[in-house]
Amino acid sequence: MPLALFMGRDFRLGFNGKGCCMSVDTATVARIASLARIKVSEGELEAMVPELNGILNWVEQLGEVNVEGVEPMTAVIPNTLRLRADVVNADPLTGGGIRDAVLANAPAAEHGFFGVPKVIE
Amino acid sequence: MAESTYRIQGATGEWEVVIGLEVHAQVTSNAKLFSGSATAFGAEPNSQVSLVDAAMPGMLPVPNMECIRQAVRTGMAIEAAINKWSRFDRKNYFYADLPQGYQISQLYHPLVGEGSLTIEADEKAGIPEPKVIGIERIHVEQDAGKLMHDQHPTMSYVDLNRSGVALMEIVSRPDMRSPAEAGAYLSKLRQIVRYVGSCDGNMDQGSMRADVNVSVRRPGDEFGTRTETKNVNSVRFVMAVVESEAKRQVALIEDGGKVVQETRLYDPDKNETRSMRSKEDAHDYRYFPDPDLLPLVLDDAFLEECRASLPELPDAKRARYVDGLGLSAYNAGVLTNDVDTARWFEALLAATASAQNKPEADVAKQAANWLLSEFFGALNKLGKDLSTSPISPEGAAELLALVGNGTISGSIAKQVLEKMLETGDAAGVIVEREGLKQNSDTGAIEAVIAEILTKNADKVEQYRGGKEALFGFFVGQTMKAMQGKANPQIINELLKKALAG
Amino acid sequence: MTGLTDLGLIAIRDGVAKGEFTAVEVAQAFNAAVAEAQEALNAFIVTTPEAALAAAEKVDATRAAGKELGKLAGVPIGMKDLFATKGVQTSAASKILEGFTPQYESTVSQKLWDAGAGMLGKLNLDQFAMGSSNESSAFGPAISPWRRKGDTAALTAGGSSGGSSAAVAARLCPAATGTDTGGSIRQPAAFTGISGIKPTYGRCSRWGIVAFASSLDQAGPMAHDVADCALMLEAMAGFDPKDATSLDMPVPDWSALLNADLKGKKVGIPREYRIEGLNADVAKAWDDGIAWLKDAGAEVLDISLPHSKYALATYYIIAPAEASSNLARYDGVRYGLRDLPDGANLQEMYAATRAAGFGAEVKRRILIGTYVLSAGFYDAYYTQAQKVRTLISRDFEEAFKQCDVILAPTAPTPAFALGEKSNPLDLYLGDVFSVPASLAGLPAMSVPAGLSSDGLPLGLQIIGRPFDEQGVLNAGLAIEQRAQFSAKPEKWW
Repeated sequence: MPLALFMGRDFRLGFNGKGCCMSVDTATVARIASLARIKVSEGELEAMVPELNGILNWVEQLGEVNVEGVEPMTAVIPNTLRLRADVVNADPLTGGGIRDAVLANAPAAEHGFFGVPKVIE
Repeated sequence: MAESTYRIQGATGEWEVVIGLEVHAQVTSNAKLFSGSATAFGAEPNSQVSLVDAAMPGMLPVPNMECIRQAVRTGMAIEAAINKWSRFDRKNYFYADLPQGYQISQLYHPLVGEGSLTIEADEKAGIPEPKVIGIERIHVEQDAGKLMHDQHPTMSYVDLNRSGVALMEIVSRPDMRSPAEAGAYLSKLRQIVRYVGSCDGNMDQGSMRADVNVSVRRPGDEFGTRTETKNVNSVRFVMAVVESEAKRQVALIEDGGKVVQETRLYDPDKNETRSMRSKEDAHDYRYFPDPDLLPLVLDDAFLEECRASLPELPDAKRARYVDGLGLSAYNAGVLTNDVDTARWFEALLAATASAQNKPEADVAKQAANWLLSEFFGALNKLGKDLSTSPISPEGAAELLALVGNGTISGSIAKQVLEKMLETGDAAGVIVEREGLKQNSDTGAIEAVIAEILTKNADKVEQYRGGKEALFGFFVGQTMKAMQGKANPQIINELLKKALAG
Repeated sequence: MTGLTDLGLIAIRDGVAKGEFTAVEVAQAFNAAVAEAQEALNAFIVTTPEAALAAAEKVDATRAAGKELGKLAGVPIGMKDLFATKGVQTSAASKILEGFTPQYESTVSQKLWDAGAGMLGKLNLDQFAMGSSNESSAFGPAISPWRRKGDTAALTAGGSSGGSSAAVAARLCPAATGTDTGGSIRQPAAFTGISGIKPTYGRCSRWGIVAFASSLDQAGPMAHDVADCALMLEAMAGFDPKDATSLDMPVPDWSALLNADLKGKKVGIPREYRIEGLNADVAKAWDDGIAWLKDAGAEVLDISLPHSKYALATYYIIAPAEASSNLARYDGVRYGLRDLPDGANLQEMYAATRAAGFGAEVKRRILIGTYVLSAGFYDAYYTQAQKVRTLISRDFEEAFKQCDVILAPTAPTPAFALGEKSNPLDLYLGDVFSVPASLAGLPAMSVPAGLSSDGLPLGLQIIGRPFDEQGVLNAGLAIEQRAQFSAKPEKWW
């Protein structure tokens, strides 16, 4: 696969430039899935571990790039943040007073609220 | 600086408490931080929610300039470094009151950097001298929505009206050492934001609330492990949280236990804190710069406008009242304590000076004394305050001018004030209608004095025999005979002359 | 009226304006083509023949009244199902949004309707635009109208805008919207023998487009030729105060200013893209492109983009990181799917809903994104990637000091068969040539250059300076005029 070579390494070997891999195990993947609020079965978890390791080991090649003195990118096209005037409902598309539209797609809308399973704080 | 001597007495000795506050102050603005929906308190559920606030697919945030401006002004008021380059970050977590699944906040590059405020000395509260409390940062972030748990047996209801309202998070250094210091800090902060106009400070409406970080240690030791009690919404409760949480921690440690770094909730009914159901991953918020928003870059013109529009701040105002207006430190403190009082006083002062054609400094004491000793009491009796006062500063100035130019006496002024509050009529109208004008007609007063001296010949004898204390008696009799409307100075003069006779 | 569906966007617009045919006739012809192909090509998730007709009737009435017609009057188009369309399901090809009916219209689609275009339907795509083959669509992949010579295997129409490319290539619509995050307009265009342009980041408003990776997402047109793309982009682009990253710049008359004469222009050929063992057909098309641009008067020179080889890895950190956060809003509370198992609490509802609603590729990217942002890994992955992104962007800045546009292949291979690439990384590697321009926010387009030895279209990519869509379109036009690409998929559906 020439492309893999172009990328500087063969990702299928799970190799990374620093010698070893920051590999994830089932417990880590389970923790990430929980953090991301995605329920995964044992079987799915087993399948995901090598997949994610393949990808993560491959992206770790970035570690070899010398980034000394380089700022992380903040704006891809030089541009500054515009600020909005403090006016209520200036544009109806971003204003309030549209409760019906806001609730129109809700799986459980009751008495003008969104309903969710009871939360105990 | 004198350190606080506040200590928790444990079974094994003394403990010092260390307190830091993270105060969330709702920015005063018409519209939300990133959308055009209104921020008004108490609206129908979900009626002030835009597609942006509800995090509909494809919706994007655009920041409200006023919210940025108010946070910058607040930063300037605590003499903080303003960061001309700042960024918004996403704080990721899942909760029903957080529609986007992340809060737009500022972690890495806050708008406002290091600043401080000074709490006043309060001997009685154990603050022997003024103390500087460091403020680490102020950043701007979105408020969350509100969950209601008591409306349905198996469901909680979500109202997103607050979702996206702008908050300033004002983070103190762990510089406080007693409940009193924590209370004083929060009061001072509230005073400042109300002066600046960046937050209304309404704690009962949730416009200001504090996360209270408390730890204990042996005096002088390293910091202990802290807990964070969330959303405490009054000065009194903050003080109570500090005390009860510090005591809990001391008892726990002395029992051989360990303080766990955790989030807690305060129950005012039981006056205790309890652990919030902890979420295993609650502390992995995966902050990263919000890619929907570019860096926020402020120019000099913007900063200059922010600075130029800052009002005189409470410390400066108090000093001016003492040094420039000659008021007592106590009165200056009371008058500047709340911005609304100070504003009312200054309007009264200006109107009084103008009505009497005198410099403000010459009438400041009159105005201050009347406001503090007469007017507050009178309003209080009616269950009102300055914001609901039926009398305007100009109306009050008219009353003070009538006293100042001798038209009525101080005691008549009290009657006039009562009538003003009762009827809403102007002071001059009341004085005229009720015939309350002070009598300065020397002839009439002399006639009354002559009559009184004749009637009380024995007392005149005693007075002339050296019992000078009787002078007050003659004054009172004369005033009484003239229904209180005679000019007291003239009475004094004429009486002295007649008695010397 | 079958001939109508062979016409491009400008031809239809002009024909309607001149009265050669009515907008309703056009809409009917395309509605029929859409209906006929739907089962075989699966290009649309929802078809909206009545919307196309209603828009056409309005255009015909406007014309009859002698009033001015819009830029795209009478042109029915396909809308990628990532754009929110008021009252019409917007699913992002995900179960989690199935049945979601926006109460709002995206800025870009609104601009197109305002210009007189009508909607034939919502086009299939990779789920949440995550994919390069359309195979991650919850509604099954769009199928390319193209087949290899002597083979009936179903091929990918590319991704993520695979419904768009399939529909335009099969003449189900004269043009379609696409979105491009790492190549999602250019690669499907290349795979299906059509043109497509991703403008400079910020040209088209992102408001109302279901977000994948905010710092990369850009909308753009996909159509038969460069001129059609130029005109449609004019209608789509423009400043939008609702998008904080929108460019506050006037929209040039790109179509009027098209000029294939490249005299005085310099074309850079990035040496790092000429990888060993590059697909021979792709390499040949690239060489052809170089020759054509020289023929058009341009000077061709060798340039270096030294950090290119890190672009893919950079992309596959940044895009999943942003996506993991952007997709947190799909939680079953306010819209879309809710999976509430018996007795589940709020957090369990989230986990069940998202497990049932998201497809495997979406989950994979959310997990990667969550991981690279998590405590302890953020700097090593995300910050490092954003620094490398700066370097990649600087590479382009340096290159554009020497040249005006860059010529490269769009994709390393022609279209592959559905199911052929089972390893996600194999698929990711197909974005190798398109991702760098995305990371740098640059305008880039793909134009057809010829056919591979087995009869499949090949695309060439032109990358330009920020804001220089004109330069990109002009070079594209020069190639188009010389490539004389007239091949069409043989109709088998």
